[in-house]
Amino acid sequence: MELADIAIKFGLIIVIFLISLVVAMYSTYAERKIAAFFQDRVGPNRAGPGGMFQPLADGMKMFMKEEIIPTNATSFLFIVGPSLAILTACIGSAVIPWGQNLVIGDKVIPLQVTDINVGILYIFGVVSLGVYGVMIGGWASNNKYSLLGAIRAASQNISYEISMGLSIIALLMVTQTLSLGEIAAQQHGWHWNVLYQPVGFLLFMVCAFAETNRTPFDLPECETELVGGYHTEYSSMKLGFYLFAEYINMFISSAVMATLYWGGYNYPGMDWVAAHVGPVIGPLIGTAVFFAKIFLFIFFFMWVRWTIPRFRYDQLMDLGWKVLIPLAIANIVVTGIVITFLN
Amino acid sequence: MESLSNKKKQLTVKPLNFWERAYLPAIMSGLAITMKHFFKKPVTIAYPDEKREFSENYRGMHSLKRDENGAERCTACGLCALSCPAEAITMQAAERQKGEEHLYREEKYAAVYEINMLRCIFCGLCEEACPKEAIYLDGDIIPSDYLRKDFIYGKDKLVEAPLNQ
Repeated sequence: MELADIAIKFGLIIVIFLISLVVAMYSTYAERKIAAFFQDRVGPNRAGPGGMFQPLADGMKMFMKEEIIPTNATSFLFIVGPSLAILTACIGSAVIPWGQNLVIGDKVIPLQVTDINVGILYIFGVVSLGVYGVMIGGWASNNKYSLLGAIRAASQNISYEISMGLSIIALLMVTQTLSLGEIAAQQHGWHWNVLYQPVGFLLFMVCAFAETNRTPFDLPECETELVGGYHTEYSSMKLGFYLFAEYINMFISSAVMATLYWGGYNYPGMDWVAAHVGPVIGPLIGTAVFFAKIFLFIFFFMWVRWTIPRFRYDQLMDLGWKVLIPLAIANIVVTGIVITFLN
Repeated sequence: MESLSNKKKQLTVKPLNFWERAYLPAIMSGLAITMKHFFKKPVTIAYPDEKREFSENYRGMHSLKRDENGAERCTACGLCALSCPAEAITMQAAERQKGEEHLYREEKYAAVYEINMLRCIFCGLCEEACPKEAIYLDGDIIPSDYLRKDFIYGKDKLVEAPLNQ
């Protein structure tokens, strides 16, 4: 690999990293604003125009607050927990295709950090590692409420990972590949997978809600039942990392949903647009479309949060094991039958 | 048994049909409802910046009124204290001396007039009881304070500002 290529790759990594941090940062602001709008309120409006600097102020506050590590906590693991949570949240972005290849002169720049041929498996692996962050944090706190919260979070994540994995298998039967770049490229124009796999998408989305610990599946953070859940003992930026990881996860899972089911950077009439605006602007428009889809999904996450009340824990498990998994298996069977008879 | 009012109704819980059990249509309609709220105007009153107007008959802090010449109307008859269900009002009467005619309207006046704002329930009965139209609850909200003794409002806080000063 040439030095220039390495530099480009490195730049891309930095850019994507920064974008996911900024998006996560402003997701907190958007969350509060959108929550306010849904409740006929105004929301944060003191810091900067329309409260635009609120995330900066919040971040500053998080960093300045006193850092407390409980005396009986395992201090090493106590620090590892949130670090792991945010690390696993961040590295998921590596395989997501952010756009088509940019062609500048004779250089072809792929807008994807790495197009590994097991992209989906990588995402699943990384997401399941995120459970460790929660589990270690809850365990190291040496607090029974934290531990209960962590166990709940872990069992919820693991349960929903099963139906998530099963829901994706039907999609893989349609696309015949595990590479996210390939899957995104296959949905050229308007051939979006959601048209072929609506049930699969629904299952995947429900599981994504559970995996990111968002309402209605935000049981790990039941303040009424478990004080605060797995992060009861956490303060300052260590708590901030946990909360931040949730927002990055939301961003990444929105990106994954958009890539797998909603066509990624593809949009109807993209060939016509690309032919008219050239090989640099065209892919960038695709990237903009991709981000629009991601933001729509993030908005949907927040929209649902103010609509559906939290599940009870046994209802959550019932839904995961008795509804989603059989549905996913049925979806696989139906997809298999359709593929067999159409080909 | 025959019910007394004949208004008794037998309620039955119908089993949910398939779409109700599927839960998704209910979620859809819920999302529609929240979406409607998204485009509504906020009902917030951003308090320090804008204040909400009180209604016409809002009962706030008491004020002891002066007459058209600037003399205090209160004659310390004690009817307000008598009518007060919370026993928040206490007063001491005094006789008007020569040369004080511009200060007090009648021969008797309240030398000390205190309302304990922690006891007051803002019922407005003092206002109604007053034969001299001397007390009205037309003020603002009672401001917060740290000490209990600071909530006992004397004449310094209650009496209206003099007319031409």
